[in-house]
Amino acid sequence: MSPSPELALAASGLVKTYPGGRHAPPVRALDGFTLAVDAGTVVALLGPNGAGKTTAVKVLTTLAVADSGEAQVAGADIRRHPDQVRRRIGLVAQRPSADPLATGRENLVLAARMQGLSRHDAQQRAATLLDRFGLLDAADRQAKTYSGGMARKLDVALGLVHRPQVLFLDEPTTGLDPQARAELWAEIERLATDEGVTVVLTTHYLDEADRLADRVAIVDAGRIVVEGSPEELKQALRGDAMQLELDTAASATAAAAALAGLPGLRELHVDGVRLRARADDGAAVVPAVVGCLERAGLTAVAVTVARPTLDDVYLRQVGRSFQEAS
Amino acid sequence: MSAAVPTISPAASGYGMRPRRPAGLATQSMLLTGRALRALQRNPAVLAFTLIQPVIWLLLFGQLFRSVVHLPGFHAVAGSSYLAFLTPGVIVMTALFSSGWAGTAYIEDMNLGVMDRLLASPARRTAMVVANLGYQAVTTTVQTLIVFAIAYAAGARFPSPGTGIPVTVVAAVLVAVIIAAFSDAIALLVRQQEALIGISQFVVLPLQFLSGAIMDLHLAPAWIRDVARFNFVDWAVVASRDALSASVAWETVLWRLGLLTGLAVVMAVLATRAFRAYQRHL
Repeated sequence: MSPSPELALAASGLVKTYPGGRHAPPVRALDGFTLAVDAGTVVALLGPNGAGKTTAVKVLTTLAVADSGEAQVAGADIRRHPDQVRRRIGLVAQRPSADPLATGRENLVLAARMQGLSRHDAQQRAATLLDRFGLLDAADRQAKTYSGGMARKLDVALGLVHRPQVLFLDEPTTGLDPQARAELWAEIERLATDEGVTVVLTTHYLDEADRLADRVAIVDAGRIVVEGSPEELKQALRGDAMQLELDTAASATAAAAALAGLPGLRELHVDGVRLRARADDGAAVVPAVVGCLERAGLTAVAVTVARPTLDDVYLRQVGRSFQEAS
Repeated sequence: MSAAVPTISPAASGYGMRPRRPAGLATQSMLLTGRALRALQRNPAVLAFTLIQPVIWLLLFGQLFRSVVHLPGFHAVAGSSYLAFLTPGVIVMTALFSSGWAGTAYIEDMNLGVMDRLLASPARRTAMVVANLGYQAVTTTVQTLIVFAIAYAAGARFPSPGTGIPVTVVAAVLVAVIIAAFSDAIALLVRQQEALIGISQFVVLPLQFLSGAIMDLHLAPAWIRDVARFNFVDWAVVASRDALSASVAWETVLWRLGLLTGLAVVMAVLATRAFRAYQRHL
């Protein structure tokens, strides 16, 4: 993977502590948060609630000020030039943020004009975005009448009125039905590929990160524990999980002996009639495994090869499974 | 308007061009004021609620205490009624009470997520304050004119409405701006509706009673007269009442309007500063 000449975001050592309650200790929401994002890519901050994802977004969008550490977003320093950062980013917060008393169109026109578009350009931009997000029919209804999916689309459109270089999406699809979720996913994908917008999204859905992100950064206790493309992260687990099922426990043991020297196969482990192993490339090793078993006079009842999931990655990095953590 | 916009395929149009620079302070302030006024236009009943209090003050309190003007030492204009004396006081009180709620607009925006969206955009904090104060100025002007109309219908007459009414509008607007800026700042500091209302009531009631809004201070204890001299509500009441009287003492009026203006500017600056405190909690 060749490094991009341009970083859309570079954060290093961000620390943010919130004062605790009356009897509670202070909370260190960010604890040395470091991240680099290439321009035009989609990065997912993946972690359970309370990992520090939202705090990271607040600091990177200049809403909150970090205690220490520094960051450049879209080429501007969050501490020294927050006004520059604000011009170049869009923020779609976790909760809906449109004015419910105004119509979808009024919301968009106001946001566009605040950003400096003329009345005419703002009208045009609003119409384009409404069309693009399939909200034209509801454009002149008050936003409070919108369904969850429509409100979310309006939020994203509001974050895009000024063509930001970096768009922050804080849990964009939480609470959406599968249909609305799929639609929003398609739109986010289109943003990055067609518009060259850098997208930083936080999510606690593994499938969302897997589907959308070029890079996934796993966040735990206020810092990034591992970062890479979904493929890289899974590969780092050193291979696919292969499972063979044989007719008897004895043949499973015999199979383990027969396969022991096979290149590309590691960590053989017999468990009753089952034989588990890790394969560098599961699909490629299956024919060799089957051939090897035939030569030994053994027949597998079933062979399965499973790609590692981000859940496996999370489990390995954080020491507990994602489901457990969230 | 939407019909006039040609449909372009998304791939060809993209999202259009980027704005060169964010809108200026004046434009942003107007846009945000417009947003608040549009909401009022859709729900004008809000304004009607704020008129209940002044009507009660004028029509019930004004009747109940109508004979106080005959007390020896009461400096009412000769032949003038208590209702006419009370009207500018009630107008200033109305501005005071309804603007004490100004900060609730901020708290609503915090709860709606609108506040954070604005703060992460190039929206200027000053524009956010000016817009809120501008909205209060508009509603206070409308309230003031309606209260004048009610007072007139109830029989109040003023010797110089031509200067008196504009001066009263200006004085009431300045009081509204001062207390709205205070309310905004408190909203940003406490971020909670109940706390805001509590603090606002705590401040507004003494301001009312330590002024000549409903009573001639010549008949009040000396200490209240002394305190009232530093009370901006009293400045507004005195300026309005004087401008409505037969012989306008311009020095009295302009001095007080000047002080009110200065205080309004100071309070607006403080409200803008309070955004920093708010952001520390994010």
